[in-house]
Amino acid sequence: MTQSVVIQVGQCGNQIGCCFWDLALREHAAVNQKAIYDEAISSFFRNVDTRVVGDGGSISKGKICSLKARAVLIDMEEGVVNEILQGPLRDVFDSKQLITDISGSGNNWAVGHKVFGSLYQEQILEKLRKSAEHCDCLQCFFIIHSMGGGTGSGLGTFLLKVLEDEFPEVYRFVTSIYPSGEDDVITSPYNSMLAMKELNEHADCVLPIDNQSLFDIISKIDLMVNSGKLGTAIKPKSLVTSSAGAFKKRQEKPFDAMNNIVANLLLNLTSSARFEGSLNMDLNEISMNLVPFPQLHYLVSSLTPLYTLADVNIPSRRLDQMFSDAFSKDHQLIRADPKHSLYLACALMVRGNVQISDLRRNIERLKPSLRFVSWNQEGWKTSLCSVPPVGHSHSLLALANNTCVKPTFIELRERFTRLYRKRAHLHHYLQIEGMEESCFTEALSSLSALIQEYNQLDATKSMPAEELPRLSVAV
Amino acid sequence: MSIVTVQLGQCGNQIGFEVFDALFSDSHCPQGLCSKRENEAYQASCKERFFSEEENGVPIARAVLVDMEPKVINQTLSKAAHSGRWKYGQHSCFCQKQGSGNNWAYGYSVHGPRHEESIMNLIQKEVEKCDSLNGFFIIMSMAGGTGSGLGAFVTQNLQDQYSNSLKMNQIIWPYGTGEVIVQNYNSILTLSHLYQSSDALLVHENDAVHKICAKLMNIKQISFRDINQVLAHQLGSVFQPTYSGEGSFHYRRNPLGIDWQVRPPLSGLPTRGKMSLNKEFHFNTSIANLVILRGKDVHSAELGAFKDPALYTSWLEPVHAFSVWKTQRAFSKYEKSAALVSNSQFLVKPLDTIVGKAWNMFASKAYIHQYTKFGIEEEDFLDSFTLLEQVIASYCNLGF
Repeated sequence: MTQSVVIQVGQCGNQIGCCFWDLALREHAAVNQKAIYDEAISSFFRNVDTRVVGDGGSISKGKICSLKARAVLIDMEEGVVNEILQGPLRDVFDSKQLITDISGSGNNWAVGHKVFGSLYQEQILEKLRKSAEHCDCLQCFFIIHSMGGGTGSGLGTFLLKVLEDEFPEVYRFVTSIYPSGEDDVITSPYNSMLAMKELNEHADCVLPIDNQSLFDIISKIDLMVNSGKLGTAIKPKSLVTSSAGAFKKRQEKPFDAMNNIVANLLLNLTSSARFEGSLNMDLNEISMNLVPFPQLHYLVSSLTPLYTLADVNIPSRRLDQMFSDAFSKDHQLIRADPKHSLYLACALMVRGNVQISDLRRNIERLKPSLRFVSWNQEGWKTSLCSVPPVGHSHSLLALANNTCVKPTFIELRERFTRLYRKRAHLHHYLQIEGMEESCFTEALSSLSALIQEYNQLDATKSMPAEELPRLSVAV
Repeated sequence: MSIVTVQLGQCGNQIGFEVFDALFSDSHCPQGLCSKRENEAYQASCKERFFSEEENGVPIARAVLVDMEPKVINQTLSKAAHSGRWKYGQHSCFCQKQGSGNNWAYGYSVHGPRHEESIMNLIQKEVEKCDSLNGFFIIMSMAGGTGSGLGAFVTQNLQDQYSNSLKMNQIIWPYGTGEVIVQNYNSILTLSHLYQSSDALLVHENDAVHKICAKLMNIKQISFRDINQVLAHQLGSVFQPTYSGEGSFHYRRNPLGIDWQVRPPLSGLPTRGKMSLNKEFHFNTSIANLVILRGKDVHSAELGAFKDPALYTSWLEPVHAFSVWKTQRAFSKYEKSAALVSNSQFLVKPLDTIVGKAWNMFASKAYIHQYTKFGIEEEDFLDSFTLLEQVIASYCNLGF
C-alpha cells in the first residue's frame, strides 16, 4: 500500500485541507472500529508515540497511539494556520510541518512565486523530504490551492517545479480553485494565468473547481432539505456536513460546506486505493487512463449523491439515478457542459454495495447521450470499492477528461486580456525581481496552445469516425 | 502429475481462489455417482494435481500468488484460511506496495526484471514440492498492468527455465464497453508476447460469462464473485481427472492451434454439438475439439455430430481433430455434465475487434507516452499488431 502527502498552500488551500483531515479521520474512525493502525489509514496518517521526543516516535503496526497527518501546511499569513492549530485538529498536525510568514502575498502571484519561493525553498524542501522519509512507499502529492490569490497561486505552483525535480517518480495531483466571475480580487486573472502555465508544465493531473459550482450545490441541498420533501433528510453523520451543528450555521459560513465537498472529492478519489473492492483502482491508474496526451490533464469531477435519502434499502431505480446525476451539470464541481462537448476519457469510481452488473447497465444506458472521441469510443475506466462513504450506502465519483473545460480557459484568457491590454496593476508584478513582461506573454501562449489542442479535438466531433486501413500481412 | 498455478494481479488472484475452491469442493463431493473406489481414485488424482499436503492434513494449493500491491492477496489468503478446508502456502506469495497502474510497460519492463529472481524462486520452490511436474497454469487478465505485463514476462521466463513443461495461460478478455481505457493496448501487447512463449491460451470473455450469469442463471445483481465462480466451474469441469483414450489424464500439445475456446458446460443433457454460428462466417471452422463427459451414461453418449467433416478445416480429418475424455464420476453434483474445449474461429471476431480499436487509438498516438516512458516503443506496438494480424488471417483462412 502506498502513502500520499497533502500539501495545502494559502488560505483557501489550508481551509479545504483542514476539512479534508477532519473528514478523513471520521471516515477511518467509522471503518476501523478496532483502532488498529492498518495500511488503509497509513496512506494518510502516521502513527506516533507522542511520549518519544524527536523523530523516533513512529509506530508501524498495532494499536493507534496518536495519528499525525501526512501534511505540509504552507501560508504566508498566520491567520488560517493559527486557527487550525488552535482548533480541534491541533494534535493531528506536527508543528514541524508548517511554513508560515506574516506579511502575506498581497494577492500577487509574483510575490508568492518569486519572493517567497526563493526565500523558503530550502525549508520547503526540508519539510517535504522529512514527509517522504516517513513514508514506506510514497506515491502521490496532493496539492490544494486557489488560483486567484497570491500564496496559493504563486507559492503553490512554485512547489510543483520543486516536487518535479526532487521527487520525479511521485505523482502530482493538484486541486485548484478557479476564480468565479464575480471574484473580488482584481488581479485574479493575472494570478490564474501565471499559475496555469505552471500547471500545464508541472502537474500530472489537475482537478479544476470553481466556487460558484460549489455554492450552487450547497444551495440545492438546502432547498431539498428545507422544502421538507418526503424521504429527503440529511443524515447528521453524513460527511457533507462535517459536524452536526455546522448544518444550521450554513447561512453564516457557506465556505465550510463548500470546502467539505472538495474534501469529499479527495476522499472518494483515494478510496479505491485505500480500501478493498472487487475492482480496485490505484492513484497511478488515474493518470494512466485519463491523460491521453501529457498536456491534456484537466479533469472535470462530479460527486453523487450529495444527500442521503431516509430509506437505506435503495431499490435499483435509485441506484441508476446516482449514475444519471453524475452526468448532470448540477453535480459538477466546475461549471461546464460535458454532454455537449467531447469526452476523451471518463472514470467512474463507485463505492458501496454496487456490483459490476449495475455499473455495466448504467454505462450502456448513458453511453448514447455522450460523445466520445473517435479513437476512444469505449473510453471508460471503472472501479468498485466495497467500503461506502460514512453515512451513505453508496456513492459515485465521475472524473471526465472532456473538452468542456475549454470555455473556462477561454474566459480566463479573456479576463486576463482585458486587464493586460490596459496594463492595469502590472507594475505590482514587474517590480518584483525575476518578473518580466515575457512571463505574461509566455503564460498567455501556453494557455492559448492548450486551448488550441482542445479546439482541434472538438473539430473532430462532427467528423464521421474513420475506419483506418489495417496492416495487411502475408500469411 | 502436478500442476503449479501462478495467479497474477487482482483478476488472477480472485479467480485463482474460486478455482481452487471449486476443485476442492468437487473432489470432496459426496455424490460421486460412482463406486467408492472410483471416487477415491478421483480424489487422489485431483489432490495430487492441485494440492500438496501439510502435517496436520490441511491441503495446500500448489499456487504462487503474485501482485504488485497487497490488498487483493491479503483478501485471497484470508478467504482461503477462513474456509478451513484448504489454504494457500504461507510463503507462496510475492507482493509489492505499489501496483502497475494499468500500464503493461510498467508490469513488463519495470516490475518484471526487478522482481524476476524472487518470483522465479517462489515458483521453483513450488515445483520442487511436486513429484512430477505436468505444467503451469497461469491466470491473468489482459486489460490491466500486472496480470498482463508481468504475466507476459513471467510466462517468458517459464519458457526459458522450464522449456519441457507445458504452459497454459488462462486469459480474461475484458468487457467490450471498457473496464480500463487502455485495455486494448494492454491486450494486444499481452497476446503478441504470449503467442511466442505460451503453449495454450484458454480464453474467457467477461461479456460471455456475464451473459451466462444473466440469461442462464438469472442472477439479478451480478458481482465479480458470481462471474468468477462460473469461470471456476468451467475450469473445474475441464481440469478434474478423466480417462482419455491413451490412458490417464494429460494435456494435448497442439503445435498449430493456440486459442482454445471454452464453452459453458451443458449440464443435465447428453452432449449435443451446440456450435454457435458466427454470422459472418458460414461455419465456425475448428482445428481441434475436445469434449469432456462426466457422470451417468458417458459411455453410451452419441458423439457423431462432433465428427462431421463440415466442422473442420479441409486439411484435417475429424478423427485427428476430435478427442473425448470421460469419467463416470459426476462433477459438482451434476448427474451429467459436458464441457467443450475448442480451437476454432470463434475468437476471431473478438480478436479482430480489439486489434481494430487498438489500431485506431494507436493512429492518434493517444496514451503512447505512458508506455514509452517505460521502454515500450512504437515499434513494439507495430510488432504486436503485425503478429496479431497474422493470427487473424491464419484463422480466417481455415474456412477455405
